[in-house]
Amino acid sequence: MRRRDMIAGAGAASLASPSVAAESTRIPAGLPDGTRDVAQFVNLPDKRRLLRLTDRPPNYATPIDVFTDVVTPNDRFFVRYHLAGVPSAEDMDDWSLSIGGDAVDHPVRLKLSDLLDLPSNEILTVCQCAGNRRGFVDPHVAGVQWPDGGMGCAVWRGPLLSDVLKTARVKQEALEVWVNGADKPVLGGTPPFRKSIPMEKALDADTIVAIAMNNAPLPLLNGYPARLVVPGWVGTYWMKHLTHIEVSSTPLKNFWMQAAYRVPAGMFPVQIPFQSQATEKTVPITELVVNSLIADPLEGDEVDRSGFKIRGVAWDHGSGINRVEVSLDAGRTWQDALLDRPLGPYAYRRFILETGFMRPGTYRLMSRATSHAGERQAERLKPNPGGYHNNVPRPISVVVT
Amino acid sequence: VTRLLITVLGALVCQGALADDIPAPLKPGAGDDVTSANCNVCHTSDYIVMNSMFLTPDQWKAEVTKMRTVFGAPIDDATAGQIIAYLAAQYAVTAKP
Repeated sequence: MRRRDMIAGAGAASLASPSVAAESTRIPAGLPDGTRDVAQFVNLPDKRRLLRLTDRPPNYATPIDVFTDVVTPNDRFFVRYHLAGVPSAEDMDDWSLSIGGDAVDHPVRLKLSDLLDLPSNEILTVCQCAGNRRGFVDPHVAGVQWPDGGMGCAVWRGPLLSDVLKTARVKQEALEVWVNGADKPVLGGTPPFRKSIPMEKALDADTIVAIAMNNAPLPLLNGYPARLVVPGWVGTYWMKHLTHIEVSSTPLKNFWMQAAYRVPAGMFPVQIPFQSQATEKTVPITELVVNSLIADPLEGDEVDRSGFKIRGVAWDHGSGINRVEVSLDAGRTWQDALLDRPLGPYAYRRFILETGFMRPGTYRLMSRATSHAGERQAERLKPNPGGYHNNVPRPISVVVT
Repeated sequence: VTRLLITVLGALVCQGALADDIPAPLKPGAGDDVTSANCNVCHTSDYIVMNSMFLTPDQWKAEVTKMRTVFGAPIDDATAGQIIAYLAAQYAVTAKP
């Protein structure tokens, strides 16, 4: 027996939860063979049963079955790091957040208690890695080979970033907010992971510095003790272990802004363009595209001919989900699924379709969401070198018996 | 506020090391030792296996070049040549599909 099978088997036996119909035990088909070889379901100190892609730097995906619920529990929330220098909880003992830069009048250093003193805000929002589902891009492209679970949805709580910035008195000429976390590269020559967002998004009434996640402290691997929450934007801007903010009158120039995380200009229309980082050919990847996922049944499941429920979630960058259609025949015909009530523009919206009686055989199920902005999931991936924004409907094969 | 602080303190005591599984070893072959020795400074070999088998020898070469020029890996030309040859022999496809 291979080690992977052993661990997967043990996890399924000891962690079976009565509220969950089935737990994924299979490594998703469609990933590169090498990825299928290294990926395994593992438990971590404050995480359970995540699909490990790499352990250093740590990259772990949430299994699909978790997405039958709108809120992703903290111990099932995905983990993504670029750099192996992950801080320990002890390293964060004397954590503080400095706010400076050429576009503030009054640089400050805030402690956790200072953040707790500012008015608190709560937002239920999806955090999704820009490269989510890269692993299914055909032909495959280099990078972390994410299946579906490079994402999660949580209730984030903390002060507005705009209130945090006010403490340092932002000047008129502010152009971007540069952010930096406590995770570090191994080598001195590796560019530190720093990102920036434009002032318009920084001052947005939904952008917060989260110090709680689902009413608990952030798990270490999700950015304890504080991380930036940028609703509607891909996870790369959600800086973990946030330690430094610089408000700047100039654009941040580094590898992570100018070379990585970019898409061809004009390919993915957005509400708030990131003008200060745009070039003629490429722009930073920012707003999420509309997408959906079937979380039950799972690929390869046997289902009963008397009928079964198809359940999942849909989401977009914040316009909200207007419609989810489900296909039982690999996309030839579609029918409307029922939508659960919306829990906020940035949250997952649950859908359900009851099939009724079905003839025995193999079926390819798919879901397809449309947002209130009128955007519908792509039929084909818009070709971009990073394999970003993969929102092509995902077929799930089930056997009706 | 007090309750949050207490839970924050509680979280501090239960942090530990990550799962201690041994990373996947590279396929045996000429240059496997020099490849793990240099690449494992910043990441486990899982990164290599995960990205197979779909990159061409030229794409592997570009990855090694990126590690040297962008990420500052202190690898000299001769060593880089060995790593590229190893990745091309063990983890590359011959032509783009």
